[in-house]
Amino acid sequence: MFQMKFVKDVMKFVSVCDIFKKKIMHETQNGQEKRDGKAGNALKKAVFCKKTRREQKCGRKMSIIHFTFSKEFEYCIFHWEESSMKKFLAMALVLALCLTSVAAMAEVNISIAHIGPTTGPAALYGLATLHGAEIAVEEINAAGEFKINLINEDDEHNVEKAVNAYNAAMDAGAQVILGNTTSKPCEAVSAVAVEERVFMVTPSASSEAVIQGLEAGTYKDNMFQICFTDPNQGLASAEYIVEHELGKKAFVIYNNADVYSIGIRDTFVAKAAELGLEVVGEEVFNDETTDFTVQVAAAQNAGADIVFLPIYYTPASLILQVAAAREYKPIFFGVDGMDGILSIEGFDTSLAEGVMLLTPFVATSEDEKVKSFVEKYQAAYGETPIQFAADAYDGIYTIVAACKAAGVTDGMSAEEVCEALIPVMPTLTVDGITGTMTWDATGAVSKTPMAAVIENGVYVIDAE
Amino acid sequence: MTRAKRNRLIYNCVTFAVVIIAFIVLQSMIENKTITRALKGQLIPICCWIVMAVSLNLVIGISGELSLGHAGFMSVGAFTGAVISGWLLNAHGMENETLRLVLAIVGGGIAAGIAGVVIGIPVLRLRGDYLAIVTLAFGEIIRNLVNVTYIAVADGHLVFSFLKKNVPEGARMLVDGASGAVKISKISTFTMGFILVLFTLIVVLNLINSRSGRAIKAIRDNRIAAESMGVPVTKYKMMAFVTAAVLAGMAGALYGLNSSTVVPSQFTFNQSINVLVFVVLGGLGNVLGSVISATLLTVLPEVLRAFADYRMLVYAVVLILVMIFTNNPTIRSFADRLIAPVKKLFGGKHSDKGGAQA
Repeated sequence: MFQMKFVKDVMKFVSVCDIFKKKIMHETQNGQEKRDGKAGNALKKAVFCKKTRREQKCGRKMSIIHFTFSKEFEYCIFHWEESSMKKFLAMALVLALCLTSVAAMAEVNISIAHIGPTTGPAALYGLATLHGAEIAVEEINAAGEFKINLINEDDEHNVEKAVNAYNAAMDAGAQVILGNTTSKPCEAVSAVAVEERVFMVTPSASSEAVIQGLEAGTYKDNMFQICFTDPNQGLASAEYIVEHELGKKAFVIYNNADVYSIGIRDTFVAKAAELGLEVVGEEVFNDETTDFTVQVAAAQNAGADIVFLPIYYTPASLILQVAAAREYKPIFFGVDGMDGILSIEGFDTSLAEGVMLLTPFVATSEDEKVKSFVEKYQAAYGETPIQFAADAYDGIYTIVAACKAAGVTDGMSAEEVCEALIPVMPTLTVDGITGTMTWDATGAVSKTPMAAVIENGVYVIDAE
Repeated sequence: MTRAKRNRLIYNCVTFAVVIIAFIVLQSMIENKTITRALKGQLIPICCWIVMAVSLNLVIGISGELSLGHAGFMSVGAFTGAVISGWLLNAHGMENETLRLVLAIVGGGIAAGIAGVVIGIPVLRLRGDYLAIVTLAFGEIIRNLVNVTYIAVADGHLVFSFLKKNVPEGARMLVDGASGAVKISKISTFTMGFILVLFTLIVVLNLINSRSGRAIKAIRDNRIAAESMGVPVTKYKMMAFVTAAVLAGMAGALYGLNSSTVVPSQFTFNQSINVLVFVVLGGLGNVLGSVISATLLTVLPEVLRAFADYRMLVYAVVLILVMIFTNNPTIRSFADRLIAPVKKLFGGKHSDKGGAQA
């Protein structure tokens, strides 16, 4: 395909040059003499500069093409320099044509915008997805064929700012969006993007409303997730606990002011009842809660041997501290929000010993791709990547795989790219570092969940 | 015409002129498609924040009370507006977007107004900073209340509950607890935003310059003197406070219907303080100042996107610099000299203090 296009472009260029040559002949016949004026020299210089810059840009491939054309090219310019402005413009047009066709021959340029909270309370997640995406982009750009221009816009985990960030990214020429990192901003942005026909892949926005359409039972066709939806995490957790016989009596502590937490809790409790796992009690808290004595005591008094925590890592760390103080040692089972608990500053990681979490990505995995990703990440950012980084890394690879499958070419508008990518997504299978992923038309991903357990201060894959 | 009246007229004319000219310029930019996407996306939020700032200015600058829960009224308006619009669309099949928007805005205003009355009646009878404390608590209460509120449309009826399990299966959720208002059909328009700003200016400027407005200002300047002149303090304070609440509710409805989702955590104490910053920076009691500062401070963080992670730092520095410069006597007198010719145009003899604080 690529070779064919290359040859086609060359042919096109030759024919253009031929037309020029004929025209020049015609004009000299009409009595116009070749002259070497000042303007001519200046133009010659300009052409030379452009030429060298072009060569630098496109590398060796370009210089070969250039040699074949240079004679005719300079000939054209030499003769046209003295003619009118209009003709000069025509000349520039040919140059531009030449430049763009050469670029297309080398690689496909595509602008991907990462939108996530790189400042504010959710910055840890936004920075993780940004860094993960940066590593993927570096790898793809080094491999050639695709040249990704990564744009980053901060949404501060705020709905209004998220739409602003999206608009800023589109102004900057983004064709595909990798984002948003968090659910609510993603819901707001995807509602705009589905109308404007912009293709979106979210690494980690897990609520169902992200992929659902305005009407009941409809889905946004342009929106695809790399992570599990919240209900699926609840289902998978219950299944995993029952399958591996981790406990008999489960207790749930969740945040009833957080959509994420409620979503997982609802399906977990439903699935647990179905599978015969006894839920002996539940306790709630909200964003402002800092003392978890009541919740932990309730779990202890209920005699629970497994405590399910569908919450983020900050409250989870406080729960672990209270449990340690009360010498209460059940199995704590978390979901992807638990990822990051080991990187809290000032947190005694020995407290997290034995904590399990459902996650598609474990940094200590022996898998070659995961190893290489973790090494690069540590070298670049000095920390072990969390699941969000891995999701974003896979997100970039998914977009590129889709572009490849859809035959996306240079200079397509965001809308054209979107329409090209939508039909190929359900046919795609991406083997990423968070598992082998396939999608259905709704935009939800299917991949195998894994459980990790914290041992000696690192996540390891649960051996059972 | 006395000089005070003339100054007031100039001030009001300039205020309206600024807003109308800005609208015409922006509207023509939209028609010509020369506007950037980033600016276009911010137009409706800017209108909302202008209304918020002007209405808060009425409470703080004109009636001299401190309100720290203005975002709470906006929240009430936003969720009421979303429910009204969703109910009219899903239960009554009303397709006319403009009519739905107007009804939502009016409904949002009324709901916020009721909340304003409920808070104002006990608190505005007291002296001291009680209003600040109560409005602060009000904002937090509203946020936590919405977190456990479920409103849905089922079989053409509106279902309201504090427990999700009471909502029948398959109902169209309008407010889904902590998820906030979900799947809103976006119907806000810039034109409606402009109309709302104009409406706010007409209401606020007329109130300030009316008999009631003079009473409100008299209470602000000296409560005892005003009381001894027979001015009913609570009544006039209520008038300013409830008017501000209604306008904030209207702004909230417009804001809510501009996004596909609204979360209660958007309307926190921080948001109230943000509006307070608009008012203080624009000048207490200065309506045009509020309009300008709300616009600039909404656009500024977006303009500073080039600074990436450091933009809020730059934003803070800009705030401090503006504060220093607007209070610098040399710069103020320079600004007055610039304004003087405009005043002469209207027949004024002297240019006193400038700024024409109504």
